[in-house]
Amino acid sequence: MTCSCESGHNHNQVNPYVPYRMKIKDVIIENPEKDLKTFILNFLNPEEEKSFTYIPGQFAEVSVFGVGEAPFGIASSPTEKGVVSFTVKKLGQVTSSLHMLEKGDVIGLRGPLGNSWPIEKLVNKNLVIISGGFAFTTLRSFLYYALDPENRKLFKNITVVYGARNPDQLLYKAELSEWSKRDDLDLKLTIDRGVEGWNGIVGFVPAVTEQVVKEASNTVALVCGPPVMIKFTIPVLKKIGFTPDDIYTSLEMKMKCGIGMCGRCNIGSKFVCKDGPVFSLKELEELPAEY
Amino acid sequence: MIYQIRKDDFLSWLKKQREGKKVLVPTRKEEGYLFLPWVGDELDLREYTNTLKPVKDVFFPQWETLIRYRVEKEKSGEIVEETSRTEPLILFGVRPCDAKSIKLLDNVFDGEKYKDPYYCQRRKNTLIISLGCRELGPTCFCQNIGINPLSSEGSDILLVEFEDRYLAQSGSDTGLEILEQAPFTPAESKEQKIFDELNGNPARLNEAEFRSLALNNMPDFNDSVWEKLYQKCLNCGICTYLCPTCHCFDISEMTLDSEGKRVRSWDSCMYSSFTLHGSGHNPRPTGKERIRQRIMHKFNYFPQNYGVIACVGCGRCVAECPVNFDVREALKLLGVWKDDLQL
Repeated sequence: MTCSCESGHNHNQVNPYVPYRMKIKDVIIENPEKDLKTFILNFLNPEEEKSFTYIPGQFAEVSVFGVGEAPFGIASSPTEKGVVSFTVKKLGQVTSSLHMLEKGDVIGLRGPLGNSWPIEKLVNKNLVIISGGFAFTTLRSFLYYALDPENRKLFKNITVVYGARNPDQLLYKAELSEWSKRDDLDLKLTIDRGVEGWNGIVGFVPAVTEQVVKEASNTVALVCGPPVMIKFTIPVLKKIGFTPDDIYTSLEMKMKCGIGMCGRCNIGSKFVCKDGPVFSLKELEELPAEY
Repeated sequence: MIYQIRKDDFLSWLKKQREGKKVLVPTRKEEGYLFLPWVGDELDLREYTNTLKPVKDVFFPQWETLIRYRVEKEKSGEIVEETSRTEPLILFGVRPCDAKSIKLLDNVFDGEKYKDPYYCQRRKNTLIISLGCRELGPTCFCQNIGINPLSSEGSDILLVEFEDRYLAQSGSDTGLEILEQAPFTPAESKEQKIFDELNGNPARLNEAEFRSLALNNMPDFNDSVWEKLYQKCLNCGICTYLCPTCHCFDISEMTLDSEGKRVRSWDSCMYSSFTLHGSGHNPRPTGKERIRQRIMHKFNYFPQNYGVIACVGCGRCVAECPVNFDVREALKLLGVWKDDLQL
């Protein structure tokens, strides 16, 4: 859906710098190191919830009042009413502060921002979803959306290759386990090196992609992961027969305003916050490699 | 249509404006001219070429509070105050290059999709009276990049000094409304002719020509020329702070007791921290990428996005650079400077 003012923006918010107030409904610890947490948020003002419509792939600026703001991909799906969620790796000042917060605490949210996964283009297509590590978040949003009984019929076969360093680092484990039982989804989970108790696939994401994905016709690939994963996955996809037009990825950049003004997230003439974060490989190949 | 006003009459008119509005005028200080509130009855414009700092900070201050909020647990994030108050303002003596820079910034802050309410409110509240340049300063290069030093673009009213009078041209409907009333009077055909003569396309290259050079002739992103270009730059950022079209900013947070502030302050693409990710990755790790970004943004990306070059030739970056980095020389090295360079 190219956002042409129907959804994906928040029109009620006149001042784009004023955040919504969100209450932390729940915090889910995603890994034993406890440096990956999912924050499930509710709007404090129900009116604002109605005006917050988004599409999988969009992001938002999340703020810890008194500390600062940082951009995160929205991990929840628009089909999950009443909540907005984000999975956050503890890394810098804002994320470390977020990790100290608990259920009931209030944080800020500005958004939704940016474009989205190209949903209109994906209709009636086979989908290959490739992800690594904690970059799975907005693809989880999309998958949840696509697997909704109302939406599943819009898309043909869906194949997911999702890898992590070890089984502990896979996000949304309970959900993945549910999804693995579905017959309308081909879910391939992989880990970098074999460990005891893991009976699934072992191997890096690009190699597993090569084994699993055989067909590129009428198929679109959505890829999101660490740069090294993307670097080695793209050639594999091209070899299978994907054109740069049918490969999409979502980029990360340091951001402040999120609305194309503060000037730091550009790649060439494109702003990742406003023109992205989702780009087709074709679009990326036309931009300087400065990301 | 050209109007005119005697200098004395203009001074009286401007003085009267102070009753309801704040009037900022170029004010002579030890270090040079600055836009400051007009106090006293005279304007001292001897030796005025341009102000040290560009006029952008009237609309986009170097430091401003965006929102104030509570931080106590149950009230956390409650907004105390949203927008800063602005008062009606008249800016007198803006040079046409700087007036044009504000029009360029409108593209960024008053965009189709997003509007910056702080900038837009100040913009709406401000009348810009520019003063055309009869003589250029030592580092001015507006004419070399297609900008007319007697243009009314970006101004509500352009004044051009002529003997004991100012010739006046409107640059907006608001400006025209003012010029249609006393003490301004329509100019005689003689003055009209003088204005036209002064204004006879003094730009040596038109903007479209320069833009097309910058869009088409810019060396490849990985060309070795970028390697050469950045060597002497210290990445101090003074060029970005003094640039009338640079608009990059940071947003940070300040807290005191039960109240927090979200603050916006100027930032610079010359700093490595500007693009440094939380992970430690930096897409622009050295001076080379940062100089390339600064030049490409002004002369290539901005025109791609908004159809106009984001440099107005004010020459502040040339005048104030501590290591004499000269953007004109840089453009020449890059092959997008057409004129002979006589520095």
